[in-house]
Amino acid sequence: MKASEISVGQTFEKVVVEDLKRTQLVMYSGTSGDYNPLHTDDLYCKEAAGYPGVFAHGMLTMGMTGTLVTDLFGAENVRKYGVRFTNQVWPGDTLTATATVQDIREEDGRAVAEIGVETKNQDGKTVVLGSATGLLED
Amino acid sequence: MSDEKTVTFPVEGAHVMLFARSIGDYNPAYHDPGDGEGNPMGAHAVPPTFPQAVAQFDPDYPLRIKDGEAWFGSGGSPSGIEGKPATSGGLHAEQHFEYTRPIRPGEVLTARYSQGETWEKESRRAGKLTFTERLVDYYDRDGNHVCRARGVGVRTERPVDQG
Repeated sequence: MKASEISVGQTFEKVVVEDLKRTQLVMYSGTSGDYNPLHTDDLYCKEAAGYPGVFAHGMLTMGMTGTLVTDLFGAENVRKYGVRFTNQVWPGDTLTATATVQDIREEDGRAVAEIGVETKNQDGKTVVLGSATGLLED
Repeated sequence: MSDEKTVTFPVEGAHVMLFARSIGDYNPAYHDPGDGEGNPMGAHAVPPTFPQAVAQFDPDYPLRIKDGEAWFGSGGSPSGIEGKPATSGGLHAEQHFEYTRPIRPGEVLTARYSQGETWEKESRRAGKLTFTERLVDYYDRDGNHVCRARGVGVRTERPVDQG
């Protein structure tokens, strides 16, 4: 993303997952190392933990949302990325991430942009809310 | 705030490729077989949340089956630990990453863990909430800072009300 191509208030949107599959929760457990049965084990969730079923790792939702951040900046240019997890994400959910340019400035002689990030499910409920800062290309 | 432990975290190209797939990111930067310089799988960048995968190398990480230890997931019964209370256990409330420089596949990082703040809050949906902050600083082989991960975990009194 180039400084000359963006402006404060501009938004970018991406569907980061459509109809989230349980298999993706298994894949994320395997790669992240977070094997909490809350994310893969329906029987445990329903009968031991008191949940209606498995739900996504917060970090999976953050990771999927982060694909919008890296689409915009490029992975190597991300300087900060942080979120709060505001609602759980369930199999079958479709998530749409929105990035809004909040500030464009210079830091140590390089142009950087700060963006607000929000991901909502198909019912319009916010599941993660945060921000990211990245270097812009010349 | 004191350093609790350190964990060696080799950043391997194949791990990066699999991690990127698992978050639905097929960007060639994470698996490009045409860019094999120094990296067997060719990855030349990592997703910003990849440092979390240090859990794979943490010998004490609690959310992994360990040799000779009881596991709380289901087997023949809903939980492998009899009498385990039906609480939600810990949930993740916040996560932040701050990069001093990008992580490069092929390098070996040292993760230093430390404890941050702890605080409490009342919630209508889950009773008393206890928040705990955990910091992980990643350093390269030269001792230079690469990234800080700040996680906030929350322990709920009861499972989160879905209403």
